Amino acid sequence: MQAHTTVVAGAVETADGAGPDIGLYDVTKRFGEQVAVDELTLEIPKGSFFALLGPSGCGKTTTLRMIGGFEEPTSGRIELAGRDVTDVPPHKRDVNTVFQSYALFPHMTVEKNVAFGLERKKVRRDELRRRVGEALELVELGALAKRRPTQMSGGQQQRVALARALVNRPQALLLDEPLGALDLRLRKQLQIQLSHIQREVGITFVHVTHDQEEAMTMADRIAVMRDGRIDQLGSAEELYDQPRTEFVANFLGSSNLIDAALVARQGDVAEFDAGGARVRVPSRLVDGRDGALCVGVRPEKISLRPADAGAQVPDGENSLLGHVTDASFVGVSTHYIVRTDGGHDIQVFAQNAGAGLETLGPGRRVAATWQPEYTFVVAKEAGA
Amino acid sequence: MRTRVDRIRDVLIGAWAVLAIVYLFIPIFVIVLFSFNDNKGRFNFTWQGFTLRHWKDPFAVEGLSDAMVTSLSIAALCTVISITLGTFVALAIVRYRFVGRGATNTLVFLPLATPEVVLGAALLGWFLTMSFARGFTTVLIAHVMFTLGYVVITIRARLEGMDLHIEEAAQDLGANQMTTIRKVTLPLIAPGIVAAGLLAFAISIDDFVVSNFNAGQTVTFPLFVYGAARQGVPPQVNVMATMLLGLALVLMFVNVAIQRRAARRDAALGPQPARV
Ligand SMILES: Nc1ncnc2c1ncn2[C@@H]1O[C@H](COP(=O)(O)OP(=O)(O)O)[C@@H](O)[C@H]1O
Ligand SMILES: [Mg+2]
Repeated sequence: MQAHTTVVAGAVETADGAGPDIGLYDVTKRFGEQVAVDELTLEIPKGSFFALLGPSGCGKTTTLRMIGGFEEPTSGRIELAGRDVTDVPPHKRDVNTVFQSYALFPHMTVEKNVAFGLERKKVRRDELRRRVGEALELVELGALAKRRPTQMSGGQQQRVALARALVNRPQALLLDEPLGALDLRLRKQLQIQLSHIQREVGITFVHVTHDQEEAMTMADRIAVMRDGRIDQLGSAEELYDQPRTEFVANFLGSSNLIDAALVARQGDVAEFDAGGARVRVPSRLVDGRDGALCVGVRPEKISLRPADAGAQVPDGENSLLGHVTDASFVGVSTHYIVRTDGGHDIQVFAQNAGAGLETLGPGRRVAATWQPEYTFVVAKEAGA
Repeated sequence: MRTRVDRIRDVLIGAWAVLAIVYLFIPIFVIVLFSFNDNKGRFNFTWQGFTLRHWKDPFAVEGLSDAMVTSLSIAALCTVISITLGTFVALAIVRYRFVGRGATNTLVFLPLATPEVVLGAALLGWFLTMSFARGFTTVLIAHVMFTLGYVVITIRARLEGMDLHIEEAAQDLGANQMTTIRKVTLPLIAPGIVAAGLLAFAISIDDFVVSNFNAGQTVTFPLFVYGAARQGVPPQVNVMATMLLGLALVLMFVNVAIQRRAARRDAALGPQPARV
């Protein structure tokens, strides 16, 4: 397809050897001085539920609008199914958008809203009626076909917007924070419904969100964006278990990060010096890494055991000695803060599994231990 | 605690408001009242008893009905031309970036800021230079020229209040620019166009100054009244004026109803953004 041989992070794995559904190559978008999207290269596999995740203002909407054709890239190339569409206007692109504001047509009934795209394509009347009916059934709004959008709740309007886009069977569906304005309960419900619909129709979904939990629940692949670039791309598990930047480590869940220097490397194991303590990590994590690094571990991966009784650290585990400075019982778990001897505060979430577990009170000397394969290595950020 | 001073103040404010309204409505009331005056002689300035005879024969005065027809025709044509042009001017100014956009934006409003006398005289000068025969057409051109600004302002406001994403959604669903304007933009700004049309009609029909410069032999209703004033305004003029007033009131109510319906239609659409 294209002479693009560099393996993009999360390179496309399609069984049939076909190219990606959506490709952005070195795309930059500037608004005056402001760089909204910065040399972005991204391939989105066909049929995937793909999330663009990042904080507000990082360029997610701009990226999506360039795919939809509403913004022209300052430089770079955009492809849909292998075709260069950089200069193609929106009405000639085979993608549909669910806008953040829904952007329903207030002067038309729900049915007319949904039929709009098919009417433009001059679909025959009986087929049009059938497909509109099916689309409304899919989003469970069949009974409200004759209503005006203004007579509907936010969640219902959202589903009309979804039906209006899906009915056209586009090659890809672009969703800009589609659940952002809904209350928590409705959001959870629609997350499940959306994933369901995506599997049912098999269309590529590109879902923009700033909610990490939403991205992790729904998407097969997640691209974490920051300042107009992609920080890391992978499945929810990859991003959570092996974040490669400090930003990703903190944006998805909480992390304990400790400045560390690589001191030794033997076979599968690399050893770091983290404020006086030895921390072992799988050596593949340091392949090709340079610059200042931090080692990290998730709070729930750590076990605490009293260190005063000379308790044994299980063989091969990483261990930091310290004392508890805070312990709060929150039901499903107990959250500890441990001040290590190296002077770092680390969080530990101890799951409340089994009865009669002792809560280690403030002041107790403890060993915080975890398995080396739970450790990850991130690039230390300037100024952090 | 309401003190006596508060109460006195409220009464005074109320009385002041009533006086202001009376002040506004007395002239209109006099016009309506004197259409029923049983006047003797040419003048219609003193009350001499009630009659319906002017209402039975409003077209008795020579030239009055012609003037009225001329005024209505000019106002109707001016409205149609002005809202057609104005809609596209407003669309261009609000939706498209083009060379000369800023200049257009300013120039369209210039006639509103220019004193009418200057405008009328300048147009006359121009028509004379072009050796353009003055009459119905020149009055129409003049009216379109100075109503256009009001029309553009009104429609522009409506366009600016519209969610841009609605038009993008139309394009997203396969509508080209023309279809988007026809199927989405125009229906959504229709209330603005109606309001603009009524405004243009009202401004055109009561214009005197500019018409006076450029009418040539053509006589509009205001020009007729002015001409008649020297030998006494016939009560039929009051009858016509009352009819126009009635028409204006009806149109105003229709307009309010249309704006209300549009507001209801567009209300509360889309999410009220809880978070960014
Ligand atoms: N039309 C525009 N004009 C100027 N700046 C813009 C425009 N659209 C977006 N930006 C800027 O580009 C950056 C990225 O915006 P956006 O893509 O909307 O971010 P996100 O959707 O991730 O919150 C922001 O700093 C924003 O201010
Ligand atoms: Mg956004």
